[in-house]
Amino acid sequence: MMDLVTILLPILDSTMRLATPLLFACLAGLFSERAGVFDIGLEGKMLAAAFFSAAIAYTSGNVWLGMLAGIAASIALSLIHGLASITFRGNQLISGVAINFLAAGMTVLVAQDWFKQGGRTPSLQGDARFGPIEFPGAAALADVPVVGPIYSELISGHSFLVYIALLAVPATWWILYRTRYGLRLRAVGENPAAVDTAGVSVIGLRYSAVLICGLLCGLAGAYLATGLQAGFVKDMSAGRGFIALAALIFAKWRPWHALGACLLFGFLQALSLRPDAVKILTRVDIPVQLLDALPYILTVVILAGFVGKAIGPRAGGEAYVKER
Amino acid sequence: MSLMHKFMGAAAAMALTAGAAMAEPALIFDLGGKFDKSFNEAAFGGATRWAEETGGSFREIELQSEAQREQALRRFAEAGANPIIMTGFAFGNVLTEVAPDYPDTKFAIIDMVVDAPNVRSVVFNEHEGSYLVGMMAAMASETDTVGFIGGMDIPLIRKFACGYVQGVKSVDADATVIQNMTGTTPAAWNDPVKGSELTKAQIAQGADVVYAAAGGTGVGVLQTAADEGILSVGVDSNQNHLHSGKVLTSMMKRVDNAVYDAMTAGMDLEMGFNIMGVANGGIDYAMDEHNADLVSDEMKAAVDAAKLKIASGELEVHDYMTDNTCPVE
Repeated sequence: MMDLVTILLPILDSTMRLATPLLFACLAGLFSERAGVFDIGLEGKMLAAAFFSAAIAYTSGNVWLGMLAGIAASIALSLIHGLASITFRGNQLISGVAINFLAAGMTVLVAQDWFKQGGRTPSLQGDARFGPIEFPGAAALADVPVVGPIYSELISGHSFLVYIALLAVPATWWILYRTRYGLRLRAVGENPAAVDTAGVSVIGLRYSAVLICGLLCGLAGAYLATGLQAGFVKDMSAGRGFIALAALIFAKWRPWHALGACLLFGFLQALSLRPDAVKILTRVDIPVQLLDALPYILTVVILAGFVGKAIGPRAGGEAYVKER
Repeated sequence: MSLMHKFMGAAAAMALTAGAAMAEPALIFDLGGKFDKSFNEAAFGGATRWAEETGGSFREIELQSEAQREQALRRFAEAGANPIIMTGFAFGNVLTEVAPDYPDTKFAIIDMVVDAPNVRSVVFNEHEGSYLVGMMAAMASETDTVGFIGGMDIPLIRKFACGYVQGVKSVDADATVIQNMTGTTPAAWNDPVKGSELTKAQIAQGADVVYAAAGGTGVGVLQTAADEGILSVGVDSNQNHLHSGKVLTSMMKRVDNAVYDAMTAGMDLEMGFNIMGVANGGIDYAMDEHNADLVSDEMKAAVDAAKLKIASGELEVHDYMTDNTCPVE
């Protein structure tokens, strides 16, 4: 039992850290897509937020200012996406791709111009990065067998944003299913004409969803650069925005399922870091590459309809045209 | 008419010799930029050293986009710069096309082999340097477990890993080396988050020194090692200063020496292969004020002894890329 705890605990601990950016981005995508705006620009927004949060945290020495700057950058990109795909009724996928390219190029260019360190920011120290939050009694309980290490290592000791990500799940559920705004948001993704007939602004609702998406992607980026890391490195989001999209489909656009999917994908990523533990647990040599690919394989399986069916919001991907 | 021809020919020959005598060397920095704290900055350091010692001057350009690669090469070649030195394997394809168009210009490319009569290809014996830092890691480790974190899983990085393991095992045959590669796509060079997590995973398995050969991913490795209170080993340039007192040493590719040598040779630059290894000072481990307290006298003595043996050929470190296998795990 003790052995299992010592092997599994670091993996689960790592799962929490790896799942957090996925969870933020997944919930961001959930708001946007539930309102009928597909967003494959999650990756780009996360990257831009990572850069600006690190850059401002470094220049100001204050991680909170950095986080706000990251959110602002992400929201700015969201507005571009909104402008292109809601106001001008452009193709949502193309706008998303453009945002990914824009963020990848712009962050390195600005970083090089500001810091001259080959497209990265200097490393952050002290108050310029999020430290771990120790829960009360974590140190005292650490020696209690089984429960102690679980409390002191797994539950306590993460950065502030990890807990915010976890709290964002019930908050999202409540907003979507228990508020008038949430009902309208879901309706605008299913049947915008009905919402329009009821006298509610489709454009306004969609813009609000895109803004929330920007806020959450901003938090994801800030967590990457100032929580997990101490600075920005080019392309540091490394495809997490796309894994989050896969998780969103896997969760069939539902908040609690999104939590489950992100934790599962995070767990698979954490497992791939520990081939030795996988071997001890399963007694089989599983290639690391297979574990890395599993989130995508699982998503394809879900999409193919083997395990239930993933059907997105009906009006997703289409700009709303009032008069035909 | 014939006289005119002769006259023109003589003028052209004079212009050529004059150009050759006055030719300035040129240096092209890759996209990382001149002050990247690594490869390009080392090249710039070598060029500056040459300029200060000889009083000469050199031309330079920092690439801002992929499209400028060929443009910069041709501009310098047409302006008569000679030799033209470029840093980074990414110039390989472009140089293969450009070099034949300027047979009188000498090119030097670092970290890549281009087979042309007017190109000097400078490559490094990374396995030798990795062997040296592997020895130091094994001596500094108290748990007899050390780690290696590679970037993308390619033969070059396995060459680093293999040299490192050989170095570790030469000190302590029973030591454990935990090896992880970050990924199989180019994204693996820029995933510091995964680098951090791999470092934490290796710490959980008992590693107390980690060697990162992983580009931008290594930033996360060194950071996490410093945060968690274990030692790390930097790569390519001297990275000891990144976390003073927490980085045991760095495996240095002396790109500065390669550039310095090329500029010193000037027009007499030899073409063909140039292998920079421990023997000719092309590969070394880093010592400075940031790691002076971490490296004991015995460690230094042992590594320096190994350096001499490698240089004299008495000790041969296996190069993974010769047969794509490693004799030790």
